[in-house]
Amino acid sequence: MAMIEMRGVSKWFGDFRVLDGCTTRVEKGDVVVVCGPSGSGKSTLIKTVNGLEPFQEGEVRVDGVSVAARGTDLTRLRSRVGMVFQHFELFPHLTVLRNLTLAQERVLRRSRAEADAKALALLERVGLRDQAAKHPGQLSGGQQQRVAIARALSMDPVVMLFDEPTSALDPEMVSEVLDVMVGLAREGMTMMVVTHEMGFARQVASRVIFMDQGRIVEDVAKDAFFGAPQERSPRAQQFLSKVLAH
Amino acid sequence: MTDLDLGVIATALPYLWKGFAYTLELTVTAALGGIFFGTLLALARLSGTRPLALAAAGYVNLMRSVPLVLVIFWFYFLVPLILQGITGAERPPAVGAERTAIVTFILFEAAYFCEIVRAGIQSVPRGQVHAAHALGLGYAQTMRLVVLPQAFRNMLPVLLTQTIVLFQDTSLVYVISATDFVGAAAKVAQRDSRLVEMYLFVALVYLAICLLLSQLVRRLQRRAAVVR
Ligand SMILES: Nc1ncnc2c1ncn2[C@@H]1O[C@H](COP(=O)(O)OP(=O)(O)O)[C@@H](O)[C@H]1O
Ligand SMILES: [Mg+2]
Repeated sequence: MAMIEMRGVSKWFGDFRVLDGCTTRVEKGDVVVVCGPSGSGKSTLIKTVNGLEPFQEGEVRVDGVSVAARGTDLTRLRSRVGMVFQHFELFPHLTVLRNLTLAQERVLRRSRAEADAKALALLERVGLRDQAAKHPGQLSGGQQQRVAIARALSMDPVVMLFDEPTSALDPEMVSEVLDVMVGLAREGMTMMVVTHEMGFARQVASRVIFMDQGRIVEDVAKDAFFGAPQERSPRAQQFLSKVLAH
Repeated sequence: MTDLDLGVIATALPYLWKGFAYTLELTVTAALGGIFFGTLLALARLSGTRPLALAAAGYVNLMRSVPLVLVIFWFYFLVPLILQGITGAERPPAVGAERTAIVTFILFEAAYFCEIVRAGIQSVPRGQVHAAHALGLGYAQTMRLVVLPQAFRNMLPVLLTQTIVLFQDTSLVYVISATDFVGAAAKVAQRDSRLVEMYLFVALVYLAICLLLSQLVRRLQRRAAVVR
C-alpha cells in the first residue's frame, strides 16, 4: 500500500491556481525528491500531506487515512508525519532538549523521563547531544537544522517531509545536514524532499518529481530523470541545465 | 501662598499612604486583568470565526474611541444596575466607587492591551505556528506553549509603557470620588488649605515612579535587542 497517495489535488489562492490536478504515490521506503522553479507550488504540495495547506479538490491519503476527510484526527495524523522547514522553525524560547520533548509530552503523552531519553538518543544520533541545554539561537544554522530533524524524528514518524532543508544554510553546512538525511533514507524512512541538491537526489532518491506552475510535469525514476535528459520535457531540461550548472 | 509647610505632608502621610496603596492596587489589578482579558480579545480578533472577531473588534474600537472619564461615569451608574439584573435583587447593590473603578479599568484597559497583544502575536512568524501544528500540537497548545511566550517576550516593553500610562490615568477616579493617591491628597489640601505642598508632593511621587519604570523599559528594550 502507498504511504502517501495524492489524487487530482488542486488548490486556489483566490483566482490563482497554486496546485493543478496533482497526482502521485509514494510507497513505503521511497525517497521522492521534488524540484522545480521557485513559485511552482512545491512547498504547497508537500504541506497538503500533513494538512498544513488545505486544498479544494482531490484527495490526499497518508497510510490509508484521508487528510481532508471530516472524521480524520489531524493531530494524530500530523504526529505521524515529521516535517523539516527551510528556516528550521525551532522554538527559540525553549532549550534544544525542550524543543524535542514538548510535543512528545503534550501530543504523545510520554512521561518527562521517557521523552528526555528519546530526545537525548536522537541528539546523539545527529551529533548534538552536548548542545541539549542551549537555546537554538546559540547554534549554527547547520546545527539548528539537525536539531529540527531530531525534533521531527522524536515523534516516531512513518513519513518525513523536507521543504528545502538546506537552502537557508551557508554552503559549508549543507553536507552535515544532507549526511543525516542520507542516513535516514538508507534506513528505509519514507521521505518527500523538496530540494535542488541534485547530488542528494542522485545518491538516494527513488523518484524525482518536477513541478511547474502548480503541475506535476515529471514523475519518473531517478535513473530516467538523470540518465535520459533528452526524454524530459523542455521545461525540465531547462531547469536541470540550470541547477546542474553549479 | 508664601512659605511651604512641609510638616503638613508628614502629618498627612498615613492617610496619603492609604490613597497610594489604592492607586497601586488599582494599577496592578487593572494591568493584570487588562492583559488577561486583552489576550482573550486579541485571540478573538485573530480567530477565523467572523462573528467573534467582529464582536471583539467592535468592543475594542468602542472603548478606544470614548474618553476614559465617560467610561468611568457610565460604569459607576451601570455596574450596580447590571449586578441587580444578574442577581435579581430588589435594589441596586452598593458596590462602592473603589470597586467599580477596578472593574471599569480592567474592562477599559483590556481594549488597549488587546491591540498590544494582537501586534505581539502577529510578530511571531507564521512558520512557528506551522512547526507546532506539524508536530501535532492543537490550536490552544500552539498558542499557550509556542506563540504567546514569544509574543509576550517581544512586547514586554510596550506592556510596561502602557502600564505607566495606566498608572497615571488611575487618578481620573476622582470623578466618582474614589480616594486614590491624588484624591487623598486633594482632600487634605482642601481641609488644610495647603494646595501647593500637597500637589507638589503628589507630582514628585508620580514623577519618581514613572522615571523609574521608564528606565526599566529602556533596559528591557536594550536586552531584547541583544537577544534577537
Ligand atoms: N498564502 C498565500 N496566498 C496567496 N498566494 C500564495 C500563498 N502562499 C503561496 N502562494 C503562491 O503560491 C505559489 C506557490 O508557492 P509555493 O508552494 O511556496 O512555491 P515553491 O515552494 O515551489 O516556491 C507562489 O506563486 C506563491 O506566491
Ligand atoms: Mg517553497
